Amino acid sequence: MAEIVIKAEKLTKRFGDFIAANEITFDVYAGEIFGFLGANGAGKTTAMRMLCGLSTPSSGKAIIAGFDIYKQTESIKKNIGYMSQKFSLYEDLTVIENITFFGGIYGLSDKEIKEKSEILIQQLGLQGVTKKLVGSLPLGWKQKLSFSVAVLHEPKIVFLDEPTGGVDPVTRRQFWDLIYEASDKGITIFVTTHYMDEAEYCNRISMMVDGVVKALDTPSNLKQEFAAGTMDEVFFELARGAKRKGD
Amino acid sequence: MRTLKFLLRKEFRQIFRNKSLLPVIFVMPIIQLLIMPLAADYEVKNINISIVDHDHSPYSQKLISKIIASGYFRLSDYSNSFNQAFEQIEKDNSDLVLEIPKDFERNLIRENTQQLYIAVNAINGTKANLGGAYLNRLIQDYNADIRTEWIQPQRYNASPTIQIASSNWFNTYLNYSFFMVPGILAFLVTMVGAYMCSLNIVKEKEVGTIEQINVTPIKKHHFILGKLIPFWVIGMFVFSVGLFGVGRLVYGIVPIGSMGSLYAFLSLYLIALLGLGLLISTYSDTQQQAMSIAFFFMMIFLLMSGLFTSIDSMPEWAKVIAQLNPVTYFIEVMRMVVLKGSGFSDIKYHFLIICGFAIFFNGWAILNYKKTS
Repeated sequence: MAEIVIKAEKLTKRFGDFIAANEITFDVYAGEIFGFLGANGAGKTTAMRMLCGLSTPSSGKAIIAGFDIYKQTESIKKNIGYMSQKFSLYEDLTVIENITFFGGIYGLSDKEIKEKSEILIQQLGLQGVTKKLVGSLPLGWKQKLSFSVAVLHEPKIVFLDEPTGGVDPVTRRQFWDLIYEASDKGITIFVTTHYMDEAEYCNRISMMVDGVVKALDTPSNLKQEFAAGTMDEVFFELARGAKRKGD
Repeated sequence: MRTLKFLLRKEFRQIFRNKSLLPVIFVMPIIQLLIMPLAADYEVKNINISIVDHDHSPYSQKLISKIIASGYFRLSDYSNSFNQAFEQIEKDNSDLVLEIPKDFERNLIRENTQQLYIAVNAINGTKANLGGAYLNRLIQDYNADIRTEWIQPQRYNASPTIQIASSNWFNTYLNYSFFMVPGILAFLVTMVGAYMCSLNIVKEKEVGTIEQINVTPIKKHHFILGKLIPFWVIGMFVFSVGLFGVGRLVYGIVPIGSMGSLYAFLSLYLIALLGLGLLISTYSDTQQQAMSIAFFFMMIFLLMSGLFTSIDSMPEWAKVIAQLNPVTYFIEVMRMVVLKGSGFSDIKYHFLIICGFAIFFNGWAILNYKKTS
């Protein structure tokens, strides 16, 4: 069995009376691509924000990359990458300035930054636009750049919150190529998505309904379990019982 | 330190790339400094006066010409009906009515005494007050004039009079811009500091980039320093341009006090105000909220700082507010150092108080700034 890099145990987040994430428990193994699925408002982003140390859990336990989620958030942050739902590179900085900035604050040396940014630009085919403001790039390019920046410091785990929302199918495909590449380097991928074809690309997926993890297995096992032909049907089967309305 | 270097580089790039904010930071203070002192003048001129003359005598004519010749008054109406004059006040054409009674001259000569009536339009309080006072003074003068005229030169004036000779220290010619420019400059620096700093941080919240910062191992104090230092530098720069550029070249104000203590005070003051900006940003999620909160504070700071109205003449409760206002101390220090030539020992209490403000605002802001919610 591979090493466990994310261990969540009865992790709960309450906002007043509302329980956004209710006793979620799961393990994620090193090097795997873990799909985190659920309808809008099911509590995915809340769960992910807790795992990244952006939000303190109300109760429960979690160990991320070997560090405690309550006491060692700063150590966790050194070992993870995060790409939020909202595009969050600096739109008023150029491509190269963004790469340098994030490389710098993760503590990479000037030499490392230079080497890595060259590789990255090569890989994404951004040679012509390195001195352009990120705000002027098309969304697909921004998302790829955003991902590459999130894994620039070679974290153990990278959290992706709906990374391909609003992106065309070709770019989505390219995006997944980047994910596989990162995964090959040993980076664990934790990804939320609403695209069921993307769910198929994952090694294992979990389904969240109303703040609870309803199912967790490989895509093929899940399809078998719910006697479904596609992941779409599995999703419908599980999400049908949801009480919460999506946002 | 290395993290800070990257943060500062990013911050300066963003500030200088922001085409809408940059003029607000650099050009607006200078324009305001050029315009505001010229208009913010306590001297009241162009007081419109309606004169009701029931006498039409040489003496009343003399009084009227004396009033008009003083340069402070403008005759808006001359009649012999009080109702007509009052109508002028109602229409806002007049600020003052002076009524000269019938037989003014005769009674003055015969009975040695006469009464005049002044009615003041008190809607514009300052103008009415000062206008009334000026007019009183002019009538006294007039009174003195006719006395000397009547009393024979060889005879001494029987009633003793005290003559007052006054001289204005620190601002000999009572030049209002000398008084206003340092104060306005102090306020502008405050605006740049607190306003811009809070907007800048909240913008990151609004755009969502702060999330990305919060998932990095960046230290809280690094992030805060990365935000404060650029605006501290800008504040220093704006102040210097205002003091040496506009103040000296345009208004001819040469600071006579110790520049060292002034700058030392400024640097501390900016830290305090940036702390306030930071504090505001921790309590607001959108730039609109930050702007509203900052505006609220700025209004109080401006009106309760002694910039326009003297703190000494405020009621006790208002004095307390003024004393809780950091701008008050800076304006005081500015006026003391620039006009009076004060040195460090004169403003050491101001230093202590601003130090307190700096610790208070920054401490609170740092406690309230959380990377994890």
